Amino acid sequence: MTQSASADAALACAMLAVDPLGLGGMVLQGGPGPGRDAVLALLRAGQAADAPFRRMPIGISDSRLLGGIDLGATLRAGTRVAERGLLAEADGGLVIVAMAERLAPMVAAQLCLVLDSHLVRVARDGVEMQHQARIACVALDESVGADEAVPATLRDRLAFTVSAEAGVDEGAAFEAGAIARARAALPSVETPEEMVTAITATALALGVWSLRPSLLALRAARAMAALRGADAVGAEDAALAARLVLAPRATRLPEAEPEVTPEQEASPPPEDQPEEAAQTEPRDGPMQDRVLDAARAAIPADLLAQLAAGAARAARARGAGKSGAMQKSASRGRPGPVRRGMPGPRARLNLIETLRAASPWQRLRGNAPGSGERLQLRPDDFQVTRFKQRRETTTIFVVDASGSLAANRLPEAKGAVELLLAECYVRRDQVALIAFRGARADLLLPPTRSLVRAKRSLRQLPGGGGTPLAAGLMAAADLASAIARRGGTPAVVVLTDGSANVALDGSQGRARAGEDARLAARVLAATGTRVLLVDTSQRPQAAARAVADAMAAAYLALPVADATRLSRAVQQALPAA
Amino acid sequence: MTLAFPFSAIAGQEEMKQAMLLAATDPGIGGVLAFGDRGTGKSTAVRALAALLPPMQAVAGCRYRCDPAQVSRLCSECQARLAQGALPVETVAVPVVDLPLGASEDRVVGALDLERALSRGEKAFEPGLLARANRGFLYVDEVNLLEDHLVDLLIDVAASGENVVERDGLSVRHPARFVLVGSGNPEEGELRPQLLDRFGLSVEVKTPTDLATRIDVVRRRDAFDRDPQGFVEGMRAADLALQAQILAARARLASVEVPDAVLEDAARLCIALGTDGLRAELTLMRTARALAALRELACVTRAELLQIAPSALRHRLRRNPLDDAGSTTRVARAISELFGA
Repeated sequence: MTQSASADAALACAMLAVDPLGLGGMVLQGGPGPGRDAVLALLRAGQAADAPFRRMPIGISDSRLLGGIDLGATLRAGTRVAERGLLAEADGGLVIVAMAERLAPMVAAQLCLVLDSHLVRVARDGVEMQHQARIACVALDESVGADEAVPATLRDRLAFTVSAEAGVDEGAAFEAGAIARARAALPSVETPEEMVTAITATALALGVWSLRPSLLALRAARAMAALRGADAVGAEDAALAARLVLAPRATRLPEAEPEVTPEQEASPPPEDQPEEAAQTEPRDGPMQDRVLDAARAAIPADLLAQLAAGAARAARARGAGKSGAMQKSASRGRPGPVRRGMPGPRARLNLIETLRAASPWQRLRGNAPGSGERLQLRPDDFQVTRFKQRRETTTIFVVDASGSLAANRLPEAKGAVELLLAECYVRRDQVALIAFRGARADLLLPPTRSLVRAKRSLRQLPGGGGTPLAAGLMAAADLASAIARRGGTPAVVVLTDGSANVALDGSQGRARAGEDARLAARVLAATGTRVLLVDTSQRPQAAARAVADAMAAAYLALPVADATRLSRAVQQALPAA
Repeated sequence: MTLAFPFSAIAGQEEMKQAMLLAATDPGIGGVLAFGDRGTGKSTAVRALAALLPPMQAVAGCRYRCDPAQVSRLCSECQARLAQGALPVETVAVPVVDLPLGASEDRVVGALDLERALSRGEKAFEPGLLARANRGFLYVDEVNLLEDHLVDLLIDVAASGENVVERDGLSVRHPARFVLVGSGNPEEGELRPQLLDRFGLSVEVKTPTDLATRIDVVRRRDAFDRDPQGFVEGMRAADLALQAQILAARARLASVEVPDAVLEDAARLCIALGTDGLRAELTLMRTARALAALRELACVTRAELLQIAPSALRHRLRRNPLDDAGSTTRVARAISELFGA
């Protein structure tokens, strides 16, 4: 069996055509281009001729997505006329979700409900209705870098992750007749017990914690068996399914000590769980080995590197946690209750409520009911939906974890940061954590409101090595501007002794490093972010002072990292937005 | 109507299943919050419970399905009808109402009937989801994504058992007693303490990490997906037995005794954990009693109390940002310190 990306794409399309409802859909990675078009065309070709193929734009409104009242028809008819939304219109077909990496959590949750129940339930605009929506979903994922990703809730329900870059291998594609035959044969394809075991065990070995992907892989294997014309799932089907469904979700390497806890758990599971998992992982079955090997071979190279570095979970969590929390602060804001008022920039006219407010008065205003007269509206009747635009503050902690600080000051610094974290939590701010040591700076904790995660990543913060202060400040500047772009308000707290000795290009040397640090400080200052620099050296350093000045930061010398004093200083320097 | 996955066929997740059965036995416990990992069957369990619930008696024709046996809780329309004669009674299914994300306020609380207002100039109240959920369950999936103003509404109604509508020139009040069931993933946002407090029980749902359970879950779900009818049929006996158990427990509930010693244990536990208010103790007592009823006991013992304590208490602990232990651990610690269990 070929293993090229383009052949995989063709196979995934074929399987999805055979069992669209069971498989949920796919994440299609890559920007627009001939490759993506080819995959979409193949998906389209795999559908029945009259099946809907609908594209869902990113900014779709709830009423278009789910359905609601058809205002024009309602006013014309004098009785309520409802209209179906895009999801109901796509019943029996495919929904293409454009820019899925930017999908708002609320929209993602609605899609998930529909994928789970195959129904759209609406209760809005005076309409309550329910429609069939047996859809599969293709999430177009154009994310670059780790700070964007398809919402994890949605990804969990879509069987395949396919790269569009390579296009499709026409040789691996199935023609319409074969797909139709497979569709008919699917219900009678047997699934031997050992295949269920092999797939489930592979998922566990790869650290795919959610149970949905196991189920999806099982269905994919069955679809593949049906495509082959086999009457039972074979080892090659299971291996293919593991490769296409499970491998892209791996959070650990099968051989690695299973020390990673289930992804994105708010609270760490009891200590004994991973061990238990290790014990119950039977490694003896040759079937399972084969499936596992196939999956392992297919773990994407970049993911593999992260896994090897033990950072995979952070990377995965990053995308999910962030898209969940960040987009709430999108500039449009979340709708608040509907109240009387005049429409304006932050208040949109709510027609239904306005009609409701006006209708009791029509008779008084001289309109006979049902007379077909024009509705008489007064300014008093106007009802508006206000959008809340609470701009969230994200406090970015940039912690010096180098050898100069690590020896004795790092625990103190951690304690101080923990206290600050707790306060951020109380204010319901988000926090992020960047640590720099050795030759580079790492985003250890993407912006989150989860205190548990923040503390966990702080606990795991290793110390030692050089002081690449410049790299730390650059990372902070990047993150701060990313947050500002999304409508949040970043604030930066730098904990360092200021003695930079690693330059931006990774070379050693104090002079060069100091210069770079001041340069990076100016870059950070240019983002307009408020910065507090806490000098944690035993004796306040001129170098730290200079860096603080370069970025117009508040400066605080703190020979003893007294957590209480530190947090008070932060409060003063960076008042809540 | 799509078939629900049978309750009896849910593998593992014992605490969640227990909490749902307890809430079905004594709706007064006040709802269940299931928070946890993705893909662990939270929604499945709620939908399964809905299919399991035994039908109930209601006033025929009442929009709120008033209970004819509880005269004091009748809605104003039923009271008016009662004054004129006996109320007709019908048997109806217990409502399990979904509160969809993106629901608007008018559909939740009810609003002026626009159609009648526009076409006939009448001022009529059109009940919303809260009315539909009266005497049943109100299920909010992804409860942490619910918009704030709807959360406020729910908090208020869940506490008072009555929906008061003052809008569109309407002034309506109607009973809205429901068991609030919420589910969600804490990664996507946390719940406000006031809403947490409205839930009688909370369960942490974790993805199983042992292979045998995982295979079991996958296999059962797969069997259900391939042949829903046959699968439900196969589990029917077990589901019916469970339904009978709930009915028997409800009948027994009023007569189950709660000894002073158990009350004292409950109080000591709450003091040790520093929970606010009396709601924690009341929930402990009611839940332990419901469990005793399900276990066909005449009297609550410490065993029932300790069994349900984590569910009843873990979401009521004051958050201590500097205590690393999760709330489940804190409850377990307090139990072992106090009772050596």
